[in-house]
Amino acid sequence: MSRQAAHPLDAHRGPLRTRVGAAFPGTRAVFRGHDLHRDLADASWLDLYVFGLLGRRLERPQLELLSSMWATTSYPDTRLWNNRVAALAASTRSSGTLGLSAALAVSEASIYGRQIDLRAMDFLQRALRASSQADSDQARDEKLLECIRSELAQRRKIAGFGRPINGHDERIAPLRARAQALGLHDGPFCRLVQHIERLLLAHRYRLRMNYAALTASLCADMGLDVRQYYLCSFPAFLAGMLPCYLEALEKPAHAVMPQRVEDVQYTGVAPRSWPSD
Amino acid sequence: MSAQLSTRIWQETASADSAYQAEVARCHGYDVYGELLGRITWPQMLLLMLTGELPTATQAALASDLMVALANPGPRHPAVHAAMAGAVGGSPAAACLQAALAVGAGRAGGAREVFEAVTAWRACKGDFTALPTMLETTQNEALDIWPRHASWPGFGPYDATTPLPVRQAIAQLARHVPDGALSYLDRHETALRSLAGEGLNFCGVSAAASFDLGLDAAQAEMLHLLLTLPGAAAHALEQRTTHYKAFPYGGVELGDDPDAVVPSREAA
Repeated sequence: MSRQAAHPLDAHRGPLRTRVGAAFPGTRAVFRGHDLHRDLADASWLDLYVFGLLGRRLERPQLELLSSMWATTSYPDTRLWNNRVAALAASTRSSGTLGLSAALAVSEASIYGRQIDLRAMDFLQRALRASSQADSDQARDEKLLECIRSELAQRRKIAGFGRPINGHDERIAPLRARAQALGLHDGPFCRLVQHIERLLLAHRYRLRMNYAALTASLCADMGLDVRQYYLCSFPAFLAGMLPCYLEALEKPAHAVMPQRVEDVQYTGVAPRSWPSD
Repeated sequence: MSAQLSTRIWQETASADSAYQAEVARCHGYDVYGELLGRITWPQMLLLMLTGELPTATQAALASDLMVALANPGPRHPAVHAAMAGAVGGSPAAACLQAALAVGAGRAGGAREVFEAVTAWRACKGDFTALPTMLETTQNEALDIWPRHASWPGFGPYDATTPLPVRQAIAQLARHVPDGALSYLDRHETALRSLAGEGLNFCGVSAAASFDLGLDAAQAEMLHLLLTLPGAAAHALEQRTTHYKAFPYGGVELGDDPDAVVPSREAA
């Protein structure tokens, strides 16, 4: 007989205990409490993806807006850092899945992509909480300005506002138009994000809303929390990556942004000798 | 945006035959193929690349021992398990290592835990008695891509004792730096695990060793990812040689079955 006490992990040994689903080969598959091929037979891939994430199904216009959100930011530009990974994989004749999955992993960046998604929605949620405590328009603006100042003091930037290279974000207008066409443009977070932009410009911060703030507000209005939004955005850039991979395959090996020896600038120490033994 | 790639690590001289071929490659000033190759070890090369400086004999010996200590977390470790799960189905070698990297990157038994532990060691500013406070405060930024984890970085999870291999590794590695972080762990292991409520783990060893090597948190995180890959590779290769039916699949208890009054079970 073992004298060891019961271990917290012991409860998780043996059969997998799950509520999210299982495959029963030859008979059926269960997906979050529903028979995948019977109860969810009408679900599109995106519908199922969101259901897997939220445990509830979104309305068709909401799914269409999600799809538009990702289409709007799918740029087949091989220079983009994440896309470049997919293309470089093709240039070395690596597999498509390896290249594309690495490119998506790289999209979890701190100055664009998934980390910005997290911070943008978090900021908007804090801003909405703060402004909802105000009892007048003036008090609300003061609360929002406090949030803005605090964020800038802490991080020197506000995720979702401002954009390097060019302050105008070309994705805003078409995505707003799509949201309006679908009747999803006027939720509390969408109104908030526009109000914050007006406040920023009125107080000379020169920070316009960018794509991340708009998509965070649209998703927050769909009821997604920060982590749900972060996970939901996982495939956001994927459509733009495939053409980059494919075009690189059509080129000779190593022909994606090739570098001559002289193209690399060396900024380190001067040549030196390893100390003799 | 810069028009040119720049690096302070690697300097190449073009060959007369091709503008795309290097004739000489220098790492932080040293001629890699003309001078280093055959004279220095892999740990020395790795430290040179990471720090830019020639490691001392002590640092090289410590790095070498750390490489042995971290080489294989074993098939029960989730990162190695992930590599094996890749290999059993015939996934590419890189997919198996990609799986090991992703799973071995986390806050619980992975490289992010090492990052946080090194952050705590460095925050002590030489006063290691502050370590418990720093471990408590540096972990788990509220908003992060890395999910929260309850344990102190470098400790646990779950067991109140420090496993013998971890104690053996600390004792051996600490010999290289008698007044360093590893030695502090060696001397205060009982007190620290009492405060943490959990024993030390290999991330704690990795972090203390990286600190003693003079690495910062980002360097330590990267080093940990690199050094734990050999075991994942070996176990993945082994898995390829066995039939997939020899790799446990397990049964399932489905708690939300639309077709069952009681939870459905499928035998392992």
